[in-house]
Amino acid sequence: MTISIDPQKTNNKSLQPKGWLRYFSFSLDHKVIGIQYLVCGFLFYLIGGTLASAIRIELASPMSDFMPRDVYNQVLTLHGTIMIFLWIVPVVNGAFGNYLIPFYVGARDMAFPRLNAVAFWLIPPSGLMLVASYFVEGAAQAGWTAYPPLSITTPQSGQIIWILSVLLLGGSSIFGGINFIATIIKLRRPGLKLMQLPMYCWAMLGTSLLVVLSTPVLAGTLILLSFDIVANTGFFNPVLGGNVVVYQHLFWFYSHPAVYIMVLPAFGLVSEILPVHARKPLFGYTTMVFSIMGIVVLGLVVWAHHMFTSGTPPWMRLFFTIATAFIAVPTGIKFFNWVATLWGGKISINSAMLFSCGFIINFVFGGITGVALAQVPFDIHVHDTYFVVAHFHYIVYGGTVFIIFSSIYHWFPKVTGKLFNEKLGISHFIITFIGFNLCFAPQHWLGLNGMPRRVAEYDPQFQFVNQISSLGALLMAISTIPFLINVFLSLRNGKDAGDNPWNALTPEWLTSSPPPVENWEGEAPLVEEPYGYGKEIFEQK
Amino acid sequence: MTTLDSSKEIQKNNSEVNEKHEDFRMFGLITFLIADGMTFAGFFAAYLTYKAVNPLPDGAIYELELPIPTLNTILLLVSSATFHKAGKALLKDKNSDSQKWLFFTAFLGIIFLICQLFEYFHLPFGLTDNLFASTFYALTGFHGLHVTLGTLMILIIAWQSRTNGGRVTSQNIFPLEAVELYWHFVDGIWVILFIILYLL
Repeated sequence: MTISIDPQKTNNKSLQPKGWLRYFSFSLDHKVIGIQYLVCGFLFYLIGGTLASAIRIELASPMSDFMPRDVYNQVLTLHGTIMIFLWIVPVVNGAFGNYLIPFYVGARDMAFPRLNAVAFWLIPPSGLMLVASYFVEGAAQAGWTAYPPLSITTPQSGQIIWILSVLLLGGSSIFGGINFIATIIKLRRPGLKLMQLPMYCWAMLGTSLLVVLSTPVLAGTLILLSFDIVANTGFFNPVLGGNVVVYQHLFWFYSHPAVYIMVLPAFGLVSEILPVHARKPLFGYTTMVFSIMGIVVLGLVVWAHHMFTSGTPPWMRLFFTIATAFIAVPTGIKFFNWVATLWGGKISINSAMLFSCGFIINFVFGGITGVALAQVPFDIHVHDTYFVVAHFHYIVYGGTVFIIFSSIYHWFPKVTGKLFNEKLGISHFIITFIGFNLCFAPQHWLGLNGMPRRVAEYDPQFQFVNQISSLGALLMAISTIPFLINVFLSLRNGKDAGDNPWNALTPEWLTSSPPPVENWEGEAPLVEEPYGYGKEIFEQK
Repeated sequence: MTTLDSSKEIQKNNSEVNEKHEDFRMFGLITFLIADGMTFAGFFAAYLTYKAVNPLPDGAIYELELPIPTLNTILLLVSSATFHKAGKALLKDKNSDSQKWLFFTAFLGIIFLICQLFEYFHLPFGLTDNLFASTFYALTGFHGLHVTLGTLMILIIAWQSRTNGGRVTSQNIFPLEAVELYWHFVDGIWVILFIILYLL
């Protein structure tokens, strides 16, 4: 069945506000929505980062002296929730996905532009609601996992607002996922085959499948949890005959895939950035595609490795250990493919490339500790210690956030038409990289020696290492300054970038910078080889 | 900055884009229903796990009465068939027939909800009595919410398929097809729910 739309009726893009005002409007343009996601996410990143600094200040001394203990619990809960649901997931999926996917499939917009705008506009109110819950009766205190019975016994209003906010953000994420799947599968330009798509499309397809399959389970679980809190039911309340482990199973059925929702798009983005700045085709395209899909399938059946200390029966431990270890295979394939892409390339050392290389280094470290954590004996030893904190920050900060910055540097000229200042960008990278490793590498040692996470006080013997970690956090906070200066200076007086400053071959570079409202002046170009760098040189030889 | 601000240009481009493309609204709806189905899957998984590992205290095991839920199953299955009839009639441009079938479908949905409420008021347990009771109300309640939304949508579709000035016609049948798919989905969930909750 085909539909045809009267151009007179759908021509409301020309009626929408122009200039900076459009970023505050219910715009249907995928490029505007992408920037809305990015800027909104970055503001929440600043809030979440401030909370992280507060945590590190508190932990600079063994006593609970900077803030009361219950405030510390609220701070760590808000830090986790904001960083995951309001910064990483919206930015790495929503922002870059919305900006790039229509270009990559050769479309003028997403499949469902209105749904897209709705998905974005769910985020600011739910984020503000979450932050504001601090001023009501105190924010939620049960961590971003909201495990019962803790989440049932802590003050109710904060926890309920937390649940509502996460439900709205989950809805936004599902709408986005539906939109991405429909855009990639159905809206491809005629003649463009699936295996010719840039890698980020595959990553987003895999991510969106995970979003659609797992986020609703979290929604259902949180609805049951809110019944426990408000209506006095006993789903997860052992006092009333409920079962807390069921909550953990349902929660991790979403939240383990959520790890891949946060990191798979970063895999896609780094696969776009490396070939451009190394002037080489992406190594092993087909294996990349299959490893993404392998991660999607395996990612859905490994959740109980978060629960090895929750009385899991032996067969379950065995199964989930093996399944988790298997994920290292597709991930390792991707890692070696990136290294092989760089191998023998004509590498330009710029901010985007440096952040991508930083990603590869940090990610392989976080991946190795991940494989270690999948082993039951080791996991039982370090469960709920700072080792786990170090592991996942190596993945989500050292992995995904590094790629977010890399992508901002890479696509800044396309979005604004201005070049940014390389010196400031490189100093941003150096401070971030040193600060990040200084902050989180010592936490492995802390965890192995038994310092528990989520507690405001600790054994004084850990003070020195904690202070090193706090120093690293200070550097990470400082690293935001050159970045912000860079963005504002470049927006004001940056040099003109031209349409394609990197001489890249992917479709978004084949239009003007910034792109026109309908993405291309004429027909969308058919890019059969998005990574065909240096091909003619090989042919001449 | 090269933008196509002049509306003439946009007009030209729009007519190129909007020539004709595949209708992927149904695709989006199916994706959404898969997501919705996963919510129910989570509830079912929780219920079955509770059944397996959380034994109920004495006196908390109930023999559920079967006549009402069986009647409800029949009502929903028949309503799926009548909805299908409505779609067939609309395709043949028999709008008033279609409208009759739609109202009949909505009527069956309302009867279902009334029966459900009747059952709620006559059950020997309340929401917070024990784990089984809570799960029972959560599952049937969440499904009932879906039936309520579906019934409202059917009524809207029925109103819009009126002969004069209705927006749902054989040329624009997507709204009807979308609600029909949703309705079949809700019926399918009920059948699973009936088997798991009442028969197992």
